[in-house]
Amino acid sequence: MDFIALAISAVKIVGLVFLVIMPMVAYAVWAERRVSALIQDRVGPNRVGFQGLLQPVADGLKFILKEDFTPKNVRTGYYWLAPALTMVPALLTCAVLPFGSQLFGEPMVIANLNAGPLFIFAIASLSVYGIVLAGWASNSKYPFLGGVRSTSQMISYEISLGLSIIPVLMILGDLNLGRMVQDQSVNGWLMLPLWGDRFSLKGLLLLVPVVISFVVFTVSMFAETNRLPFDLPECETELVAGYHTEYSSMKFALFFLGEYAAMIIGSGLAVTLFFGGWSLPFGWLSWDGKADLPWWQGLIHMATFFGKVVVFILFFIWVRWSLPRFRFDQLMRLGLVFFFEIAVINIILTAGIMMLVK
Amino acid sequence: MNESLDNYLPVLLQILIAAGFAVATLIASALLGKRARRNEMKDSAYECGMLPIGEGQSRFSVKFYLVAMLFVLFDIEVVFLVPWAVVFKEAVASGATQFFYGMLGFVGVLFLAYLYALNKGALNWKES
Repeated sequence: MDFIALAISAVKIVGLVFLVIMPMVAYAVWAERRVSALIQDRVGPNRVGFQGLLQPVADGLKFILKEDFTPKNVRTGYYWLAPALTMVPALLTCAVLPFGSQLFGEPMVIANLNAGPLFIFAIASLSVYGIVLAGWASNSKYPFLGGVRSTSQMISYEISLGLSIIPVLMILGDLNLGRMVQDQSVNGWLMLPLWGDRFSLKGLLLLVPVVISFVVFTVSMFAETNRLPFDLPECETELVAGYHTEYSSMKFALFFLGEYAAMIIGSGLAVTLFFGGWSLPFGWLSWDGKADLPWWQGLIHMATFFGKVVVFILFFIWVRWSLPRFRFDQLMRLGLVFFFEIAVINIILTAGIMMLVK
Repeated sequence: MNESLDNYLPVLLQILIAAGFAVATLIASALLGKRARRNEMKDSAYECGMLPIGEGQSRFSVKFYLVAMLFVLFDIEVVFLVPWAVVFKEAVASGATQFFYGMLGFVGVLFLAYLYALNKGALNWKES
């Protein structure tokens, strides 16, 4: 790989991480507060800038300027390491997500790996270390309990998360996320098989296992990102703020950032696997990865991808403010027993449909 | 499929950028943040305003260890299923049905282990 290619990927990384994901995180927080206010019949932050649109900037400044306090009884080195260890993997996972088709002949993905989903799972599971380290390094009861809970929750839902994408891999027969999206662009999205090859008896029958795995995937993703029906690691009524009770200022912000970045990238993965990534429905402006695309089509594809991700984030927020929290034993039972069994049966169901229906 | 390590170079670059960002923000906040006097109360562990009692790390249920062990077992199952899933489409197209029964055997053995764990109450958080 020569210098120019490296420079191009540096531009892509900086552009995606700092110009797209970071602002998306900031405005996801703003949207969370405004939408929750809407749902609860309040106003929400509307003072800083028009409709409170500058609120994220003010929040960010305040995070930096607040007292950066390290209590004396913590294990200092690990205490400082933990927030970084939560945020870095969350930002890393976006490396394999195809966030667009092609722009000026350059594929819109940072690293075009042939092991996309595996890479995401491998890196995303690293953020457990940050959380368990935060709970342990704080040397305090509530963070410790929060860390332990969070770890067992995340690892038990990771199994159903991994199992739920197996049917998708079986149907698409590929591990490269870019090619998976191209396939869906031409042959129909997995969740909307209404054009191309998938508009057939087999494609429509496969919709059953696909919907099941989409539900399992989405719910497990909620649990992985510690969002509300599953936010036991930090439930206020039992554990104060969970694993980040002892954290303040920017260190707390990094946990927050990591959580929202994980949510955005999880939405991106769900969109890529089930809703055809950057492709438009009904094969409009579809692209099979062969010919070069004009730049305006590339831009439309990128806008489509991020539009779908935004819809997903709004869904996340809607669910958070609509559902009550699970109890811990219910949560573990749902993850390790119910979803595990459903996902395994779903794999067999998919295999059966693929073998029997020609 | 020419997967060379060159494809991973952008990932390395991204690790550097993400870690750099984390370090930079932590340093910036340490330098720019307000400083206030410390005192004994502020340094103590937070327990809802009460004086902290006992050690920071209490004992916790052995169930958490069981979950961790089960995780290792079943996550490896998932990883082994991925290559099978990827080639399944072509195998079906060429009419290789034994491929399906191989997976059934593999999942079946693990499912027996799972039923054993379930029977032993490893996943039951409710009792006592």
